[in-house]
Amino acid sequence: MSEKVSVKVCLGTTCFVMGSSNLQELIEMVPKKYGDKVEVAGVPCLGLCSIDWEFSKAPYVKVDDEVIKEATVEKVLKAIDEKLK
Amino acid sequence: MAMNTSTPKETSHLKREILVRLIKAYLSGNFEENTRLIPYAMRPKNSDVPNYRCCIFKERAILRDRAIAGLGFSIEDTDDSVLLSDLAQKAEKREVPDEHPLTVLTTACKGCVPSRIYVTDLCQGCVARPCVNTCKFGAISIQNGKSVIDPAKCKNCGMCVQVCPYQAIQKIIVPCESACPVGAIAKDENGHAKIDFDKCISCGKCASACPFGAVHEKSQIIDVLKQIKAGKKVIAMVAPAMFGQLPCKPQQLKEAIMELGFADVYEVAQGADVTTKTEAAEFEERLVKGAEFMTTSCCAGYNELVDKHIPEMKPFRSDTKTPMYYTAEIVKRENPDAVTVFFSPCVAKKREALQNPNVDYVLNYEEIGAWMVALGIQVAECSESEFKHEASAEGRNYCVSGGVAKAVETLLPEEIPAHVVLVDGLTKQSVRDLKKYAKNGMCDLGNLIEVMACTGGCLGGNSTVNAFKPALKQVTTYVNESKSIKEQVEETSK
Repeated sequence: MSEKVSVKVCLGTTCFVMGSSNLQELIEMVPKKYGDKVEVAGVPCLGLCSIDWEFSKAPYVKVDDEVIKEATVEKVLKAIDEKLK
Repeated sequence: MAMNTSTPKETSHLKREILVRLIKAYLSGNFEENTRLIPYAMRPKNSDVPNYRCCIFKERAILRDRAIAGLGFSIEDTDDSVLLSDLAQKAEKREVPDEHPLTVLTTACKGCVPSRIYVTDLCQGCVARPCVNTCKFGAISIQNGKSVIDPAKCKNCGMCVQVCPYQAIQKIIVPCESACPVGAIAKDENGHAKIDFDKCISCGKCASACPFGAVHEKSQIIDVLKQIKAGKKVIAMVAPAMFGQLPCKPQQLKEAIMELGFADVYEVAQGADVTTKTEAAEFEERLVKGAEFMTTSCCAGYNELVDKHIPEMKPFRSDTKTPMYYTAEIVKRENPDAVTVFFSPCVAKKREALQNPNVDYVLNYEEIGAWMVALGIQVAECSESEFKHEASAEGRNYCVSGGVAKAVETLLPEEIPAHVVLVDGLTKQSVRDLKKYAKNGMCDLGNLIEVMACTGGCLGGNSTVNAFKPALKQVTTYVNESKSIKEQVEETSK
């Protein structure tokens, strides 16, 4: 088995206001669903929002090195499933 | 607790994006032109059209209307030919915010199918035909072996829906109409939602319910930005629910608000402590005089409900003023030259503020959040700044359903027991219950009725940023590290 999949939910102010407040449920849900195959955490600003107008694509979530724009719970779970294939 | 009334995420994303862009436009030094460009910046030429819209031109027209609400104007009353840049200029010159805080964007209103009872294909044309037999109005007949409803006779009572053994009959709802506890929003002759402001209690439930985001709050953000730009001493009055909204400590939040340009920050929990003391004394006095029950009076949506729809409740509603009222009084006494801004979780406080000369403006948490995004403030990295006044744990817990009643209970003498009844969210049913208590002059469930228009309390308000559960956790942490109001009372009596 390869390394754990890492999920970082950006909890910087911009992501939080633009929707990551609703992604906090991932932090409880992911370990229940995937056990120790996936590591999930809320993290400080990933710095993705400050580039030009990119705030409008917030909230951001990183699944390993993949950046998910306008993240939703569904999008993140789908990305995790892809990694675990 | 599941918050099934929270605004659909995509529509709040859009509303917040517009607010951020408006604030950035204002701060850019070329407010009018940059406001005019917002719909084009959000949907540039050749960009993808969202799959819920027919074409880019309609999408831009809708974004323009959303910006109008963000500028604080009524969408219904604004002519389509007026340029956004002219409206921006008008917003900057405005002295007083609009009277009614809600506005409907008819271009986004889908004009849902009228609310009615509908027999689906699942109808089996059974022998028992409970629908036909139950209908008191003779509206259902069997045609080609299936039930058919005559719309001219149907009264939408829903009895047939309940008795169908196949669950084949459904009620089609219009989300805004269904969410409104007082029947103040309905489709007009063109099929678009229209608010009857004589009935509206500004609870904001329609705004949260509409999946098209067609009901908007008129923002006062430009008015506040203008006051700060003019160098006025602008003071923030932060309602308790705000401390659950952003991922930081309360003391960091204060610092973040100062970074927006505010001169000082007061906790509305300070005013809540005055409400608690006054209301506990009032409850005791009323009960000694033989009153059957009393309701709280801190929720602006509930107060408007009583004033407009249940006048017979007035004698039972506490005469104590709201935490916002007392806080604003304290702020203006200590700073007579200040411009006051209330930070609110809901629409209804905008209405209350209009009747209170001590409250100049109201901003909701989405607007505050958008402002922080526009300035790039990282709340979690802000330094900590203490509040000058230390509010009580009970005052800081006012935003949670049950918190107000619990605060009042804390200060009651043993011989005056309170039996608390919680009305946790106004619905058509809870409005009926309240009418019943008022009419009968008694409530058999208890003697202290706490009414919150929003489910969960202010933390479930329509203009909040954080999800309910994490917000509650954050507020509870703050409450647990605060002193009880009992200690406060004992200290002052020493």
